[in-house]
Amino acid sequence: MKDETIGIQGLAFHEPLLFEQGSQGRRGCSLPENDVPEVKPERLLPKKLLRHDIPGFPELSEVEVVRHFTRLSQWNYGVDLGFYPLGSCTMKYSPKINEEVWKLPGFSRAHPYQPESLAQGALELMFELEQYLAEVSGMDRVSLQPAAGAHGELLGMMLIRAYLESKGSPRKRVLVPDSAHGTNPASAAICGYQCVQIKSGPRGYVEPQAVAEAMDEDVAAIMVTNPNTLGLFEEQIAEIAKIVHSKGGQVYCDGANLNAIIGISRPGDTGIDVLHFNLHKTFSVPHGGGGPGAGPVGLKAHLAPFMPVPVVEKKGKRFVLNYNLPSSVGKVRAFYGHFAALVRAYAYIRSLGPSGLRRVAEVSVINANYLMSQLKSHYHLPYDKFCKHECVFSDARQIPYDVHTLDIAKRLMDYGFHPPTIYFPLIVRGALMIEPTETESRETLDQFIAAMKRIAEEAERDPELVRSAPHKTKVSRLDEVKAARQPNLRWKGKAPGQGGSSAG
Amino acid sequence: MQYIPNTEADCRAMLDVIGVRSSEELFADIPSKLRLKRGLNLAPPLSEAGLWKHMRALASKNADVDQYSSFLGAGAYNHFLPAAVSHLVFRAEFYTAYTPYQPEISQGTLQAIYEYQTLICQLTGMEVGNASMYDGSSALAEALLMAHRINGRQEVVMPLAVHPEYRMVCQTYAGKLGLRLHDVPSTDRGTTDLKEVKAALSDRTCCVVVQSPNFFGALEMLDEIAEAAHGAGALLVVAVAEAVSFGIVKSPGECGADIVVGEGQSFGNHLNFGGPYLGFFATKEAYIRSMPGRLVGQTEDKAGRTGYVLTLSTREQHIRRDKATSNICTNVGLCALAATVHLALLGRSGLRELALLNLRKTAYAKAAISKLRGYEVRFSGPTFNEFVVRSKKRTPAQVNRALLAKKIIGGLELGRFYPDLSDCLLICVTEQNSREEIDALCKAMGGGR
Repeated sequence: MKDETIGIQGLAFHEPLLFEQGSQGRRGCSLPENDVPEVKPERLLPKKLLRHDIPGFPELSEVEVVRHFTRLSQWNYGVDLGFYPLGSCTMKYSPKINEEVWKLPGFSRAHPYQPESLAQGALELMFELEQYLAEVSGMDRVSLQPAAGAHGELLGMMLIRAYLESKGSPRKRVLVPDSAHGTNPASAAICGYQCVQIKSGPRGYVEPQAVAEAMDEDVAAIMVTNPNTLGLFEEQIAEIAKIVHSKGGQVYCDGANLNAIIGISRPGDTGIDVLHFNLHKTFSVPHGGGGPGAGPVGLKAHLAPFMPVPVVEKKGKRFVLNYNLPSSVGKVRAFYGHFAALVRAYAYIRSLGPSGLRRVAEVSVINANYLMSQLKSHYHLPYDKFCKHECVFSDARQIPYDVHTLDIAKRLMDYGFHPPTIYFPLIVRGALMIEPTETESRETLDQFIAAMKRIAEEAERDPELVRSAPHKTKVSRLDEVKAARQPNLRWKGKAPGQGGSSAG
Repeated sequence: MQYIPNTEADCRAMLDVIGVRSSEELFADIPSKLRLKRGLNLAPPLSEAGLWKHMRALASKNADVDQYSSFLGAGAYNHFLPAAVSHLVFRAEFYTAYTPYQPEISQGTLQAIYEYQTLICQLTGMEVGNASMYDGSSALAEALLMAHRINGRQEVVMPLAVHPEYRMVCQTYAGKLGLRLHDVPSTDRGTTDLKEVKAALSDRTCCVVVQSPNFFGALEMLDEIAEAAHGAGALLVVAVAEAVSFGIVKSPGECGADIVVGEGQSFGNHLNFGGPYLGFFATKEAYIRSMPGRLVGQTEDKAGRTGYVLTLSTREQHIRRDKATSNICTNVGLCALAATVHLALLGRSGLRELALLNLRKTAYAKAAISKLRGYEVRFSGPTFNEFVVRSKKRTPAQVNRALLAKKIIGGLELGRFYPDLSDCLLICVTEQNSREEIDALCKAMGGGR
């Protein structure tokens, strides 16, 4: 690999904070004219409620604001810039047409409380999307309300709790494998459950034996991730579900990794009672630098009476919002969910169709196994067998040179790649979790493989080069200890020309 | 249309390298009885042109607030978005990035969130704001859980003038941890009855919640409620569903709030038929470690250059798991960025002018409607950009039907949430409603002057 082909540093501007530029009296937008009487605010509001100024607030022209954020954007890495193999996050390409369709005025400029008769298109889209997601997952119903994966987990656990309460007792504990996402135990805890950790077996799977030992009539549910965070399909999922069901428990599936099995296996056919989807993973909704995504929840019919309100129903040719679910858990957010994300997911499913979705699973799995097969000569592979959508390596072979996972991750940036997910799952020490997704070409994978191999060689030959990486980014490694010990979470300086200090 | 670069031939070559004959072998670990033995029963794929046509047809079955003049608010507000907002927010470097776990290549997102956190502190008058919550309602629910973590108490004073959907979300969240919500009615001013708040307070009260402007558009006397809450050793949680009010109304921080949450959709975010919106969350420095959600902090790199990182993450689920302050992970980063851009464009004078414009137009509409025969303004307290109208002759549904015929979407019929207000409409007026539209509304409501 020639040096000029990799990670060339561009023109990066220094850019102060919004609050440190501009000058008094500047403004970046115009407002509609005031066509009503100019009554003084003192006549409309009690004096003690009036606010006169917000010292320190920005004062900038439009061009300054535009340059500011354009420059900031240039310091970011995104899927549209390059390979983003962040394991468990499914950083696939988001089709551009989807960014056009959600902005159609009938979607983006529709008010959630406008009459149903004037929202038939939106309701139809939600109704259809529920059917599509139910078909893809093998579940009976889907709630589109949750705003993100963790929000879906919370709703899923609430549904389980409500169902068990209706059977007499909500029960006390939830089983969570040690390979689970941290959101799983956190969601169960908010729902009032104690978490019991289930140790993964030596082959990286949840073992039915371990579940059977932990399972009793105080256990409400098990939360499994399938495929799991090692990228392995839980082969014994049906047996595990049987064990849990036999004691009256429920089986929750974290659907973060659905990308690997879409069109090939359906969680609902494997004994799962509740599952959340991450529309921002499997269904191409862009991640937005940390959201908004959407985390719909699929559920089996016995949980349907507890769904959050409203649900979209079809009456004759009309679509209606039904709030009349007497056993509903209530609501997990206002209105109906992240509708603009639902529009994108709907468009994605319509665009790919059944064969296209199955191809997503096939190619994402081929891509992951291709990477795995090419990298295991240079990196320790703790679970050496065919993977699904992602593979997990460790830094075991670099540790003798005092080069660690974090160093490898940082050095990848110099080669123009976003690092994989690191130090997760927790059951692999120094984990490097790589998920290529189906939207990467073989050439990109080859470039990444070459970079990873070169880093492995650098670790032996010139470990300091790797330990001190990244070398080509706008900033080098940041002092996280200082950030946590002396928290500086907002600007407190003086604005140019304002004289006053910022609001406290 | 598919988005997969690798051709059949590419895949073939890769399978050869892997050492298998077909992709089927890679799925051999999935037991046969767990396999789907048929194709998915979904609509066939569409071309991009076909999809565009289909989506336009669907969208055209919905009204939008540009075709109609709309007087709906109630937690979702129609404000003008400058063109620059969308151009900046939908730069691919922002919207195709993930949560900024790798700070060296995420400084754009991180600095923008730091700026957002600062703006939220300035608006709310608080000391620390997080990187965002899902929406106003879930932010309020998380505020109750946080107040419970701080003082361990179990009871929440919850006025009926808080958005009914927010109350419902709080009930859904809080019930699981044994928190109990106490309803408090409103007075004829449309504001929360302070006497009732005081009567509900005890040494078991965890926090008092107040929304201001409240669901009826009325401004609450936060300082008086703060005094009462603090007197009982409870926290004051203030919710703000219409964040434009921050431009003209004294900040909750100045009035004694301990936690301020709310809905920031008004800044930078479209109505989107209800989401995604922007939950904001702010509190005092003393409570940082009980706070939910992500935080960005300023620090230095090895060369002493200023940079930003996600910090204080020992509160969070990926470290603390079941002991975390919240399960929140993905939030609404891009919505927070949109608000940051919009607020930067509005700036110090623009925000104030926008708020004043809303206040004046609403006052104009309120005065005009109060003169109509058959209607009255239901509550007497000061309002920001919403107010409640009672229809004395026709039902609110009849009024709205007559308005629709004139291409006007009228106010929210309050009976759906408040049986005792089933003869009332909640009318919202923003800078998007011209005087002409307001006059047309009055004319169509009928009754004459």
